[in-house]
Formats: sequence, C-alpha cells, structure tokens
Amino acid sequence: MYGNDFAGPDAGSDGGLLGQVEAAEAALRAAALRGRVEGDPAALQDYFDAVIAADQKIEPRDWMPDAYRRGLVRQIAQHAHSEIIGMQPEGSWITRAPSLKRKAILLAKVQDEAGHGLYLYAAAETLGVSRAELVDMLLDGRQKYSSIFNYPTLTWADIGAIGWLVDGAAIVNQVPLCRCSYGPYARAMIRICKEESFHQRQGYEILHTLSRGTQAQHEMAQDAVDRWWYPSLAMFGPPDTDSTHSAQSMAWKIKRFSNDDLRQRFVDMCVQQAGVLGLRIPDPGLRWNEERQAHDFTAPDYDELMRVIKGDGPCNEERMAHRRRAHSEGAWVREAAAAYAAKQQEVVPA
Amino acid sequence: MTTVDYVLRLGDDALITAQRLGAWYAAGPEMEEDVALANIALDQLGAARLLLTYAGELEGAGRDEDALAYRRSAGEFRNCRLVEQPEPDFAFVIAKLLLLSSFQQPLYEALAAAGDERLAAIGGKALKESAYHLDHGTLWTLRLGDGTDESHRRVQEAFDTLWPYTGGLFVGDAVGPVEFASLRDTWQSTVEDVLRRATLEVPSPSPEPTGDRPQLVALLAEMQELHRAHPGARW
Repeated sequence: MYGNDFAGPDAGSDGGLLGQVEAAEAALRAAALRGRVEGDPAALQDYFDAVIAADQKIEPRDWMPDAYRRGLVRQIAQHAHSEIIGMQPEGSWITRAPSLKRKAILLAKVQDEAGHGLYLYAAAETLGVSRAELVDMLLDGRQKYSSIFNYPTLTWADIGAIGWLVDGAAIVNQVPLCRCSYGPYARAMIRICKEESFHQRQGYEILHTLSRGTQAQHEMAQDAVDRWWYPSLAMFGPPDTDSTHSAQSMAWKIKRFSNDDLRQRFVDMCVQQAGVLGLRIPDPGLRWNEERQAHDFTAPDYDELMRVIKGDGPCNEERMAHRRRAHSEGAWVREAAAAYAAKQQEVVPA
Repeated sequence: MTTVDYVLRLGDDALITAQRLGAWYAAGPEMEEDVALANIALDQLGAARLLLTYAGELEGAGRDEDALAYRRSAGEFRNCRLVEQPEPDFAFVIAKLLLLSSFQQPLYEALAAAGDERLAAIGGKALKESAYHLDHGTLWTLRLGDGTDESHRRVQEAFDTLWPYTGGLFVGDAVGPVEFASLRDTWQSTVEDVLRRATLEVPSPSPEPTGDRPQLVALLAEMQELHRAHPGARW
C-alpha cells in the first residue's frame, strides 16, 4: 500500500508510507553526525560525489556544485509557492463548509499549508536565497507553482477530491523526497508528509460520506472526481521521455523515481480506493494488465498541462491576482511592524 | 441557573468571530499571520461547537451544533454586534481581536471558577486560548499604533468605527453564572492601557447603533447556503 490505508497517523511500523518517512528520519539523524570537509576544488567534488554515492546527506555547511544548488532552489521554491497558492482553491470553502466539524478540519488543513510553505521557504533559505527574493519571483512570474491549483473548486465535493486525488498524488510524489540527498529539504518533507496523510484521509472521508449520501451528494462527488482525475495525473509532470530535469535530479538523488513510475503507482493505488468509495474513475481505457502487474490507463493531456503551466489555465490569473493583492495590501502592515521594531531597538540601550 | 440564551450568546460570539476570520485565508500581510489568524479562528470555532452543543442540550429540543449554526435565521442569533462587523483591512481584524479578547479572557476566567460545571470546563479550556488572542491583539495594536503614520491612522480609524459596538459586549438580560456587565471595568482598563501604550486615543463613548443587521444576514447567507440546500443530508 502506498500510504493510503487510512488506518491512522501512527500506522507507520508496517512498512507503509509513514514507515518510509520514519526510516528517512533515522538516516538524517546519522548524517547530522558527520563533520565538515575542506580542501581544494577537486577534493570537494570528490567528497560531494562520495556523499551522494553513499546515500548520505548534503548539509548547508558542505560544498555543492552550483547546478545542484540552483536546481534545489528552483524545486524547493516551486514547492513552497505551491503550498501558498494551494491555500486558495480550498480556502474559499472555509466560510461555506456544510458542517462545523468540516469547517474546523478545513481550517486546520489550510493552516497546515501555510505552515508547509514556511518550512519550505526556510529550507530554501539554507541555500543562500531569501524568502523575500523567492516571493518576488513568484509574484512576477519568474518562478512557478504546481499547475493543479489553476483549476477551480466548483462544489463542496471538490474539497474531497482535492484531498483524495491531489493530496494523494502529492504524497506519492513527496514520500521519496524524504530521502532526498539535501538534508534540510528531506527534513522539511518528513514533517510535511506526516501532515499530508491526514489531509488525504479527510478528503477520502468527505467523498466516502458524499458517495453514500443523497443522490445529489453522490452526483456531486462523481462530478468532482471526473474533473480532478486527469489534472491529478498531470501533477507527476511530463512523461519520462520529455522530462527536462529528471536525469540529473535522479543522479544527485534529489529525485528517486521517474515521473511515469510515480504516476503508475498512484493509478494502481486509486483504483482500489475508488472501488471502496463507490465512485468511478473517468477513464474508459483503465484495465488491469496481468503481464505488467499494473493498470493500463489513459495518459493525461500533456499539451493541456503545458498550457496551464505557461499561464493559460482556468484560474491562473485569479490565483496570482489574489496573491499579489494580499502582498500589496499587507505592505503597510509589514512597514509598521518594521518601524515599530526599529523604535523598540532605539529604546533598549545596546 | 444558566439559560439557553446565555450560552447561545457566548457560542454565537465565538462562531461569528470564527466565520469572519475564516475569510482571511491566504490574505494576511505575512505568511506567519495566515497561520496565526487560522489558529485563532480554530480556537473560536472549537469553543463555539462546545457552547452550541451545550445550548442545544439545555434547550432539550433535539438541536445539535449544526442545527443551531445552520438552521437559525439572523433574528435568532444572540451574538453582540461587534463580532459581525466587517473587516475591510487588517487594522479592523486587530481592533476587533483586542476588543473581543479583552472581554472573553476575563469572562472565561470567571466562568472557569463559577458554578455551572459545563461552562466551567469550556471556560477552563478557552481561557488559555483567549489569553493568546489577547496577547496577539495587544502586540499588533502596539505595532500598528506606534508603527508608521499610515498604520497609526488606519488602526485609530478601526477603533473609532468599532467603538460604538463595544457597549453591546456588556448588555443582555440572559441569566448565567457570570454577569456580562460585571466585566466592564476590567475590560475598560485592559483596552485603555493597550491603546495608551500604542499612542492611540481612547474613542469617546457613543450609543450603540440599533436597527437591521444586514451584515449578519449576509454572513449567515454565505455560511448556511450549502447546508440548507440539502435538507437532511449528512456531511
């Protein structure tokens, strides 16, 4: 099972996804005990290569190739931006949640996403960039966020579908990142994955309740799954044949599995769960392949993925406008906090 | 002796506050503030659920927290008018937080020590949370009041606009273990002390506006729409 057993957050000892998270955490503790190495450039490169080869962790104190640093900044920042933009599609349902219990769960989830953004920006900052620079790059479009958040949340069932499919895909993508070669990113991912399993479970429970509710609720749930299925498959990125960053990223052990391997793992996981939910996966080509011991399925529309990434999705403008508005409307508050802090420093003698 | 209306007043104050704060997702001036506002919203919602559940039990008509939250109309809500006021900018969020938490904190403290066991348990839990709300409201009132000219102007305007509604915190003839009016002196000295330290003026007293409550009606319309569209459904 790929962490979707919904058995509870402490079910990690059975070798499920949370078990993998715990193993990754143990590896990080061992890595923290290593000392710092100094020397000429060739020795540094050799040391870096040896650490990667031995499945050890690179830490901020260690020398690293520029391309490794740049690639990580790009990936971690994009991930952080995704958490922050990702608050919007679900957040708009906080005020409309249909029960107080669901309202509380959704509030807690959206709050977690803000927290995940903060851990990830902090991890990126260990690579020598500031959060302010990264936020500027998001706001002026130089850096991206996950294309999935450019789709609209039309009904309450979308909150269920996002939890089940979008958070489910995120977990399949992210659990291997707990073993990523860069220590601060791996540590951030461990905290995040532990919370994501709760997010996915709450989505699954929403769909489970709706699917077994009134006819209108069941239809709402099926409609949401119909709309979120292919965008969720597209979250794993372009097919391996077209993925620009993958090979180097795998060599450096930032990434552990290919886009297509992870996508297959996700599909196989969802088929069984859809059965329990009593909902249909909207793919007429979906069938078990005995030879491959995996499901055949219809690939998502990668042209659509590219269009959405380039800015032409249903909600790109709305998401960015919301983020820019929050940032610009908060400017006077941030200035006030800075001015107040400066006055307090004047008052206290050095 | 505790009446249903008394518990509804407390629960509705908390619920409407949570509903207003819940609209601030991903809109705070800093990411840390998004986390903090969500945290306060969750505390208020948690208290609201306990209080509405208790109110439903006292009433004895089989209404649970959701029946009370989603199936009453504006005229049946018992919250004070302060909490339903809109928050056109962050200064209003902070001013409301300070004004409300300066009331809720001593209220929960008194309830925790008073004779109604259920309210004592709820008050004991909410007391710790409201101490954090008061702390957060105080910190930001100081920053905004004694920050820049613009922040000073904005937060003063927020306190001036909201001040007439603060009288409503202390009125109400519903019977319960702690009289709201008994908290006025404590509230007054807490708020005035923070305003003074923040270089802000204490607004002059003015009568509380009366009449229709269009903002509460609009808030409830949004909150209740989905629930009411599916009578009898489970969520």
